[in-house]
Amino acid sequence: MQASRHDAWVGFFVVLGATALLFLALKAGNLLSLNFDDTYSVTAKFDNIGGLKVNAAVKSAGVVVGRVESISFDDKSFQARVSLKLRAGLQFPKDSSAKILTAGLLGEQYVGLEPGADEKNLKAGDVVTQTQSAVVLENLIGQFLYNKAADAGGGDKK
Amino acid sequence: MIEWFARVGQGTRRSFVEIGGAARLLLQLLASTPKAFKRFRLISDQVFFLGNRSLSIIGVSGLFVGFVLALQGYYTLQRYGSAEAVGLLVALSLVRELGPVVTALLFAGRAGTSLTAEIGLMKAGEQLTAMEMMAVDPVSRVLAPRFWGGMIAMPLLSAVFSAVGVLGGWIVAVLLIGVDAGAFWSQMQGGVDVFADVGNGVTKSVVFGLTVSFVALLQGYTCKPTPEGVSYATTRTVVVSSLAVLALDFVLTAMMFSI
Repeated sequence: MQASRHDAWVGFFVVLGATALLFLALKAGNLLSLNFDDTYSVTAKFDNIGGLKVNAAVKSAGVVVGRVESISFDDKSFQARVSLKLRAGLQFPKDSSAKILTAGLLGEQYVGLEPGADEKNLKAGDVVTQTQSAVVLENLIGQFLYNKAADAGGGDKK
Repeated sequence: MIEWFARVGQGTRRSFVEIGGAARLLLQLLASTPKAFKRFRLISDQVFFLGNRSLSIIGVSGLFVGFVLALQGYYTLQRYGSAEAVGLLVALSLVRELGPVVTALLFAGRAGTSLTAEIGLMKAGEQLTAMEMMAVDPVSRVLAPRFWGGMIAMPLLSAVFSAVGVLGGWIVAVLLIGVDAGAFWSQMQGGVDVFADVGNGVTKSVVFGLTVSFVALLQGYTCKPTPEGVSYATTRTVVVSSLAVLALDFVLTAMMFSI
């Protein structure tokens, strides 16, 4: 093929475009945090998951140790069944507890995993039994108002 | 009364003929793809002409769009005490919407018009007819390389636009306003998904590249071979391709990001 005097510039343009795309994927996107490591999944049942979403982080001691794989509703116990994908290299005791926490005041919700003291470890397919639901703001306000009313009622009797 | 019906009938028939002609040209372009790629030098010359030459306007526009997005985003977000999310705002708006759409609009103005004028003048100067006389198919020799040049250049330009815009947002937010650099990038990485956001943005830019190049070539190829005809076709290229890009953007966004 005959070489064109534009060839170098076209090559430069294409490489620049590819670099821009790579920059968007790596620096602006989450390609680096997608991990293709081996994982094992455990299930946790929550009374209320609040705004937890699929792909939310699972953190232990603040470090990301896995992701939420799927969320479904269990119509036997009327609870939310959350499947957690944990990194294969990390072991947690069988009586570890899971709770749903919020990053910052308005941040995303994530699952906090607190290790227990059991000598046996969680295996694939196990169920985390000790869970704590998400804090729902409406319930919190309702409880606060109820307590306030009860206090005020008690004050009147005196 | 009969005349009125005749006018409606004629209008309907003419619009069908136009749609049919456009579809046939698109099929001809796609059918001559293998032939066009055999002579890749023609395509690469067009990539140079449509892509490299548009690089400066795309880069500068991207930079300023990033600047403005960061300034306006910061102004609103700092009221809610979440100024760090400005990185996420800039990146998501650029990658999902502004990158492909603004690039396509600029591309229509910068490259689409020149395609239309070139093809239109070739037609007015009877060069296309002369090629046909020499048994050279003008669609596969002249139009197809320009079509594929636009198709290749447009996604690359859109990626450059978004990347430069993100850098522009970083310059304003981190260097000028003083948002924490770590939070800026980590919020961005937490919220921008490679496939759902960056991937769909690239898909959009490919679709827009096809739309703009095809509209420009169609307008040039079907224009009246007179000076007025060429100028009218050039204007129509900008109007039709801009409207088509904006309408397609709505449809694509509704399909990709619904729910």
